[in-house]
Amino acid sequence: MKNENRGWALASHISFVFYTIIVCIPFVLLISASLTDQKAIYANGFTFWPSEFSLDAYKYIFSADSGIMRAYGISAFVTVVGTIASVMIAALLAYPLSRKEMPYRNLLMFLIVFTMLFGGGMVPSYMVWTQLFDVKNTIWAYILPGFLMNGFNVMLMRTFFANTIPKELIESGEMDGAGEFRIFGSIILPLSMPILATIGLMQCIMYWNDWQNGKMYITNPDLFSVQNLLNRIMEDIQFIKQNLPMNTGDALAAMPSDSVRMAIAVIGILPILLAYPFFQKYFVKGIMIGAVKG
Amino acid sequence: MGQTIPATTQLETKKKKGKINIRRTWPLFVMVAPGLLYLLINNYIPMAGIFIAFKDINFAKGIFQSDWVGFKNFEFLFTTSDAYIITRNTILYNLVFLILGTVLALLCAILLNEIKNKFTMKFYQAVIAMPNLISWVIISYLVFAFLGAETGFVNNTILPWLGIDDWIMWYMEPKYWPFILTLVHFWKSVGFSSIVYFASIVGIDQSYYEAAKLDGATRWQQITRITIPIMMPVIIMLTLLGVGRMFYSDFGLFYQATNNSGPLFSTTATIDTYVFNGLLGLGDIGMSTAAGVYQSVVGFILVMLFNYLVRLYDRDQALF
Repeated sequence: MKNENRGWALASHISFVFYTIIVCIPFVLLISASLTDQKAIYANGFTFWPSEFSLDAYKYIFSADSGIMRAYGISAFVTVVGTIASVMIAALLAYPLSRKEMPYRNLLMFLIVFTMLFGGGMVPSYMVWTQLFDVKNTIWAYILPGFLMNGFNVMLMRTFFANTIPKELIESGEMDGAGEFRIFGSIILPLSMPILATIGLMQCIMYWNDWQNGKMYITNPDLFSVQNLLNRIMEDIQFIKQNLPMNTGDALAAMPSDSVRMAIAVIGILPILLAYPFFQKYFVKGIMIGAVKG
Repeated sequence: MGQTIPATTQLETKKKKGKINIRRTWPLFVMVAPGLLYLLINNYIPMAGIFIAFKDINFAKGIFQSDWVGFKNFEFLFTTSDAYIITRNTILYNLVFLILGTVLALLCAILLNEIKNKFTMKFYQAVIAMPNLISWVIISYLVFAFLGAETGFVNNTILPWLGIDDWIMWYMEPKYWPFILTLVHFWKSVGFSSIVYFASIVGIDQSYYEAAKLDGATRWQQITRITIPIMMPVIIMLTLLGVGRMFYSDFGLFYQATNNSGPLFSTTATIDTYVFNGLLGLGDIGMSTAAGVYQSVVGFILVMLFNYLVRLYDRDQALF
């Protein structure tokens, strides 16, 4: 019996070491490419170890005129503002729905659930945000369309408020003469930190990783986020290769070199990789809540 | 004293039941206002906007002034082979991802449960879930690092090892992409989805296993006779959820990992990429709007079907 268990454990360890390697390999290739001299890349392609080590790519990125730092700033602003706003709005909507006293609460719940089942699709949404609200080429285009609030987050929060916050606490707040806003701000929110952190985290990752809104609504390169900057560079290179086969050399020379592109990608994942060990706990918790009440 | 207070308030609310006490509830309405306003703008107005699928959209005239064309857009869409290709791709990829994905995630969770050292287990869990945090744009760079024609790792290193001298123009050859996309999808998502299964394995009562051990059950028997049967409800729920999403593809995968390369259309276009390309002016806007409505309507029917199946299976788990 003991031997059998050990055999299983060994098989698992081998599988996961193998899996870990598979997860890491693409990142090693990416980081190595960002540290390789451009001429060596042309000669050998991307390799797992820089054939000719060079920090030029990073020097270029951190130089003032690359525009990459501004893209970084835009991504950071969008992530922070978007996350705070979306957590607040979802909590404000979810809390009254968790209260039995709320009139029309079933109707409101239905209105929220229905948005999870049916949607107008991409084209009508695009029309609403561009024709009615004119978010095109403003920073709000990253924050507002699609991502600010979704029914799923509201339902998760509502379940949390309804199940974990004792009714007596709200009632005692009312007894002491606190208004609804006061109760929400000083009783509900402090007690709901786990769910707020979990949903905040999911929103945070979504905003940082989003490229779709930028692609749809932003055409001004000065407003590109990191993701959109990377996306644009990749597209331009594909375009040059497919449409100007004769003088690709000249056109490509004007583009950021392979190592610079890979270096931008590296600093694009860096914040997430650095923060990951600290938020992994909430991350796993979030998946579990989502799975229980999906 | 403290015990009697809730009782009186309960009486009060009971008395007032039936009519809305605006003086007491207006702050609650103020709270829900921003969220509801957002749902109105972001979700409900676009639903009404489905009418544009029945128009010949002309941006010069504006949406409301564009001519009505009835079902012409749908006719155009379904007379081309596009409708067939995008529907086939969307559904086939989803089927493979759903079936193979469930097996892989389950396997992963079961193996993870065999690792008794808590720290090591947490480490593996963290590593395998990590790719799911990476944006599709970055993943397109990772894929490009392998498959790029001139500089890619495969063309420069792997193919010469295998004795193949010619470069393969990966982004021009549709035939390889069903495998590449499946690989990329699983690289990103298996570890993440295994966490859900792992959570329910951890929740299984240990006494089942102890009893089985006393009866001399092997580890393999414990897994097939205890773990998997107990997991069945979770597996069925998640599978049905996947069926409900059958008409929606993982947009980033099909758009970014392929670099939206035109020559790959036949094996990589899904409904979502088709609509998106139409919207951005790389395709026919009328047809892609029609495709969007087609997706919304069939998708809705599938979700209702999913919910019906869930109700048959377990009433409490149904959405409504």
